[in-house]
Amino acid sequence: MGKLEGKVAFITGAARGQGRSHAVRLAREGADIIAVDICQQIASVAYPMSTPDDLAETAKQVEALDRRIFTAQADVRDEAQLKQAFEQGTAELGPVDIVLANAGIAPMDLPGHELHQAWQDVIDVNLTGVFNTVETAIPSMIERGQGGAIVLTSSTAGITGVGGPTRGGLGYTASKHGVVGLMRSYANTLAPHSIRVNSVHPTGVNTPMVVNDFMAQFLAQDPQMSNAMANALPVDMVEPVDISNAIVWLVSDDARYVTGVTLPVDAGFTNKK
Amino acid sequence: MAGRVAGKVAFITGAARGQGRSHAIRLAEEGADIIAIDVCEDVATVPYGGATEADLAETVKQVEALDRRIVARKADVRDYNSLKAALDDGVAQLGKLDIVSANAGIFSSAPAAELTEEQWGQMIDVNLSGVWRTCKAAIPHLVANHGGSIIITSSTAGLKGGPNYAHYVSAKHGVVGLMRTLALELAPQSIRVNSIHPTIVDTPMVQNDSLYELFLPAEEHPTKEQFAAVSQSMQIMPIPWVDPVDISNALLFLASDEARYVTGVTLPVDAGQTQK
Repeated sequence: MGKLEGKVAFITGAARGQGRSHAVRLAREGADIIAVDICQQIASVAYPMSTPDDLAETAKQVEALDRRIFTAQADVRDEAQLKQAFEQGTAELGPVDIVLANAGIAPMDLPGHELHQAWQDVIDVNLTGVFNTVETAIPSMIERGQGGAIVLTSSTAGITGVGGPTRGGLGYTASKHGVVGLMRSYANTLAPHSIRVNSVHPTGVNTPMVVNDFMAQFLAQDPQMSNAMANALPVDMVEPVDISNAIVWLVSDDARYVTGVTLPVDAGFTNKK
Repeated sequence: MAGRVAGKVAFITGAARGQGRSHAIRLAEEGADIIAIDVCEDVATVPYGGATEADLAETVKQVEALDRRIVARKADVRDYNSLKAALDDGVAQLGKLDIVSANAGIFSSAPAAELTEEQWGQMIDVNLSGVWRTCKAAIPHLVANHGGSIIITSSTAGLKGGPNYAHYVSAKHGVVGLMRTLALELAPQSIRVNSIHPTIVDTPMVQNDSLYELFLPAEEHPTKEQFAAVSQSMQIMPIPWVDPVDISNALLFLASDEARYVTGVTLPVDAGQTQK
């Protein structure tokens, strides 16, 4: 029997990458999934973003595990869209126990070719989007009175000043630090309802956000940046499932008294700083 | 279904009772064999009774009931030679070492200016130097194993101060420095090192009159129920304390391959105590 039998999880950015991995890994533990993703490009993002086909593939993989999944195209920047998807999803699958605010972008720009909009876009998606996600889910979780678990996906850039000097890079680091403040405040305000809130802090993960032509160019233009991104453990990147495993632990009863915690899954990256 | 640490061997200090016994059982439930040591004696400056050889025998019984192997020895983390001999013997019998739980610890209290040299020295000797000795003895076995996971039991007192136990706070902060350094030193050999920071855990180290008196100084004979209210007020979640198994479940995650890229991390299991 899975650790999350009978639970329902609301996951943003679920079309591919870490979000898809979380959906599949949680489904493997018995959870049903409400999966949302923008499935569209954002202009300041230099790598291709997810598509409706990606989200359909997540659905296929969850259904192959005999779990139910509700999918919707929704933009975490748009509270109304998110709320509609959440309400349709819970109407179909039942109330939500688990929230994974995972959707994020990395609009890393090259110095001298900065896109003015990059700062605002990354703050809107990575910080305001996380806020919108939690705000969408918590009224029903509180009203239901059965506790729950929320995990916000931050980054090693949420605890260290990596990311570089550009508008997008600074915005990424600021947004991921901001998520930690949200996590700590929500942990405090939701603890009386036995709703736990934690953040995960991945190092580079083998996903389309990191492994793409643009990021290769971004790292190549500044060898110092590349060196600064090296992990302590002898591994270049971790896999999406490594983040999913940490999240499964955090949202399961195995971590029933873990809240307010910043959990790096970073191959020793932040400890090296 | 294969256990989450199936086929691994774990060395646990302070394994006779409390969190250490819970770790032995939880890891054994998930398929690990166990090398267990405990001082099995009272410690002079400690105001509650120490574990006994009967306690250690009970840990052995409970691990064996799970059809796992266990090598248990009476050994003191203050004595490197006896600790090393017990560990080396365990590795010789069980074949290798994958997981280390540096768990043995004591508690006592007094205002910092009133701590005796003996109280201070013993606390550092057990809760800090004992952890270093445990790691020192274990590291060659983990290197020979081409990897492993060391989990150091610190405390919320390893992340923040607390009045009337400066020696405990200092030792528990100290092991964080040790953890962070070992994580760096051992990363190239794929040995991961992390610390766990429990809030109040329901064990004999906590549930005793001396600790109740520390937290309820105005009461003549403070009770467990009175302590529960004070304890709960220290946390953000509506509970007085956590169970040993809650720490074991965190340790199991860190020990398993699920956390294969988690190292250098301070992991609170504290019902939000450090956030309050």
